[in-house]
Amino acid sequence: MSDAPKQPAKPSTPSLNPFPLRERIKMPRQHMPEQSAEERARNYGEVNLGYSAELARQEALRCLECAKKVCTTNCPVGVKVGEFVQLILAGDFAGAAAKIREDNVLPAITGRVCPQEDHCEGACLLHKKGESLGIGYLERFVADYEQRMGIHSFHKVPPTGKKVAIVGSGPSGLTAAGELVQQGHNVHVFEALHELGGVLVYGIPEFRLPKQIIREQLDYMRAMGVEFETDVVVGRTVTIDELMEEEGFDAVFVGTGAGLPVFMKIPGEHCNGVYSANEFLTRINLMHAYEFPKYDEPIVDCRSKDVAVIGAGNTALDAIRSALRLGARKAFVIYRRSEAEMPARAEEVKHAREEGIDFQMLTAPVEFLSDSKGWLTAARCVRMELGEPDASGRRRPVPIKGSEFDLPLSVAVMAIGTSANPIIQSTTPGLKTNQRGYIDADQTTQRTSRKGIFAGGDIVTGSATVILAMGAGRRAAKSIHEYLTTGVW
Amino acid sequence: MRVTAAMPRITENEFGSVCEVQVFNIVDAEFIAPGIKRFVIEAPRIARKQRPGQFVILRLCEHGERVPVTIERSDRQRGTINIVVQSIGKTTHVLNSLVTGDSILDVVGPLGKPSEIEKFGTVVVMGGGVGTAMAYPTAAALKRAGNRVISIVGARNKELVILEREMREASDTLMITTDDGSYADKGFVTDKLRELMESGTRIDLVLAVGPIPMMRAVADTTRKEGIRTLVSLNPIMIDGTGMCGGCRVLVDGKSQFACVDGPEFDAHLVNFDVLVQRNSMYREAEQKSMAEFRRDAESQVEACRAGMGKP
Ligand SMILES: Cc1cc2nc3c(=O)[nH]c(=O)nc-3n(C[C@H](O)[C@H](O)[C@H](O)COP(=O)(O)OP(=O)(O)OC[C@H]3O[C@@H](n4cnc5c(N)ncnc54)[C@H](O)[C@@H]3O)c2cc1C
Ligand SMILES: Cc1cc2nc3c(=O)[nH]c(=O)nc-3n(C[C@H](O)[C@H](O)[C@H](O)COP(=O)(O)OP(=O)(O)OC[C@H]3O[C@@H](n4cnc5c(N)ncnc54)[C@H](O)[C@@H]3O)c2cc1C
Ligand code: SF4
Ligand code: SF4
Ligand code: FES
Repeated sequence: MSDAPKQPAKPSTPSLNPFPLRERIKMPRQHMPEQSAEERARNYGEVNLGYSAELARQEALRCLECAKKVCTTNCPVGVKVGEFVQLILAGDFAGAAAKIREDNVLPAITGRVCPQEDHCEGACLLHKKGESLGIGYLERFVADYEQRMGIHSFHKVPPTGKKVAIVGSGPSGLTAAGELVQQGHNVHVFEALHELGGVLVYGIPEFRLPKQIIREQLDYMRAMGVEFETDVVVGRTVTIDELMEEEGFDAVFVGTGAGLPVFMKIPGEHCNGVYSANEFLTRINLMHAYEFPKYDEPIVDCRSKDVAVIGAGNTALDAIRSALRLGARKAFVIYRRSEAEMPARAEEVKHAREEGIDFQMLTAPVEFLSDSKGWLTAARCVRMELGEPDASGRRRPVPIKGSEFDLPLSVAVMAIGTSANPIIQSTTPGLKTNQRGYIDADQTTQRTSRKGIFAGGDIVTGSATVILAMGAGRRAAKSIHEYLTTGVW
Repeated sequence: MRVTAAMPRITENEFGSVCEVQVFNIVDAEFIAPGIKRFVIEAPRIARKQRPGQFVILRLCEHGERVPVTIERSDRQRGTINIVVQSIGKTTHVLNSLVTGDSILDVVGPLGKPSEIEKFGTVVVMGGGVGTAMAYPTAAALKRAGNRVISIVGARNKELVILEREMREASDTLMITTDDGSYADKGFVTDKLRELMESGTRIDLVLAVGPIPMMRAVADTTRKEGIRTLVSLNPIMIDGTGMCGGCRVLVDGKSQFACVDGPEFDAHLVNFDVLVQRNSMYREAEQKSMAEFRRDAESQVEACRAGMGKP
């Protein structure tokens, strides 16, 4: 059954792997050590604990060293997976991290949050043979190693004297900043909130992506020379035109994300206890409401209460698993489609299930009910069935007549998507947007309709992923550098 | 020239690495009434852009919450903004304990839609309590735009009447009421408004800023006559940029985000019940914070100063 892959492995350098291919295929994927479900469901510590050097080596041994690097071509930033895995085998973890950094400036983050099953691991040849290589786990391992050792491996070139403004400090902005500063440009990042990191700090919770990791990445970028300024809402505090005309910025990258919450516009959405996922997660992550009263920002007390999230993406799962950690008694995911369509990362769904989240599939709320003081008491829901395929190619959920029921709830969190943050578009004359309000930018150069202004990440594509935003930041950096050195638009 | 937002200070973050923290210096602070303090804060970027009706969001220190406060005025030359703050709960009590030379960790703005300033004709500007400080910049701008401005300022008692001189300068006529009659006329601002309406004065626009019951009463007073009336709503906010949706208010049956669609809305379309209800959402937690503040105010203020990133 375990015939070697058709594709011959012809590494240019002799392999460090003593095992023949057919044996590698038989090796099981190394499990990621994690906190037990019972324990972690009540704390904010990271769920995944990380590979040891030994586990990393064991896992790395499974790589088939394919000649055709489908793992790399399916990574949005083209991380040279085969090469960094070889360096792990050689015991050169720092070298492996440096190898990843050639294409990805935030490996400690992507190793944790990339939907690997859609990218590198989904394409991995081993996947077809059973379980794909744990590329994300390995990426995380070497990045953490590098951080622990305090290795700063960047090269600096002489200053070019050009100034670039980066608007927004999410993954797209940080990636663009990191690349541009290494080319000698003066890079200044403006962030509207009081903390840097975008969704990485206000959205994704501590138990999935510890803030310390982001702070260390930011320190690293500061060491590279990136300047950061928080509390600046570009468009309001200062416009892009003012930045270019009065503050001498030669180019601007806009990476402001898809930060506006979408509501369902159903009755009762203004009840006390109904949150957008953005607000719920911002209170918890950015404002530390889970540490109230040490921190001043409160959140509705979830202890011994029933909480539901509407939606089944990463945001939804982060919200409901946070509610569990706030002490919720029952925690539901209400999703109008079926399991197969859930957009969340596979690992998050698995973790959520283990933690005891109750998945109510093919279900949608139609109204929120409240008591006389306006506090949520229940969600009136309707069951759905799958009908004909819709525009997205997925079968459209259709309500089943007469299937209404009331799900008693104290807190409901809406996580049904976000829309374009309009502040930049509405304060930058001549900046073209598409019908949905996202900024129009070229897919390869990230140029917008305005000379010197580039854009990328969720503000161009709509809500996507960290790695896609980083890919856009990287392409933008490349074409900003070109523009700054040639002056040609 | 580089416009700096705030003064950098070198500090250590919680992981022991050295970093620069920008803070916003308080260059002047004085009580203008019991529990109401005016601050002059260095915030050059904001001062340059502020327009009447806009606000800032403050975060006093690392463990502080984010609270919105209207910009009473700004001085572009000096690069400062003024705010007027009433002690309500913990955050405003801590803020009002800060003095000249202290600093605020985060000040972001100017946020919200500026007030619509054009020549309407006769405008009645109504300020209740600290709402007077929020209404003042708009009153002054309306006057400069050539409107006849009639201001009605209300307070609980004589001591709480604020910005009398400023409001007088910004108005053609200034009326003052106190609930207890300890100063000027006894009664409510709506009494004066009703008198004006009954006297046949033509009113083109009413702007009311103050406690929710006052704004609701104003809305009820002008509704029958169909006088265009604006109120400045004060829901609970976090980011102030439209990101969280926490500030949503029900206007004409639709959800609007007060931080980007407002804070001013058509008074006759606002659902005040929902506003009151949503503002009560964290009452328990607020009371807990306040009780802790009362137990040991001094150390709470010190903790805030220490958590500010001061060297
Ligand atoms: C809860 C949650 C969980 C997620 N989980 C995952 C996951 O597991 N894996 C994954 O790949 N993706 C995940 N995503 C999606 C991913 O986080 C986003 O696609 C990605 O962060 C987009 O990056 P960005 O740089 O475009 O914008 P953002 O990360 O949104 O950052 C934009 C930044 O710009 C700032 N900003 C906005 N307007 C202005 C302005 N006018 N001036 C100055 N600053 C401004 C914002 O405050 C923000 O800090 C998740 C998203 C959420 C909300
Ligand atoms: C646009 C706007 C402009 C404002 N301008 C001024 C001003 O110029 N001067 C002034 O003194 N006050 C102003 N306020 C009100 C001020 O924000 C609140 O008094 C302050 O947040 C109370 O915080 P606290 O911790 O002291 O009180 P808490 O004990 O936390 O709360 C007391 C009450 O204040 C309200 N509140 C609490 N937290 C918030 C929050 N994050 N955002 C908004 N409201 C909240 C709630 O109704 C609550 O019941 C404004 C509010 C808004 C929305
Ligand atoms: S960046 Fe993401 S997609 Fe690319 S190799 Fe790493 S984990 Fe895979
Ligand atoms: S990671 Fe997978 S696809 Fe890539 S070289 Fe190794 S086995 Fe092949
Ligand atoms: S305060 Fe968050 S959307 Fe208005």
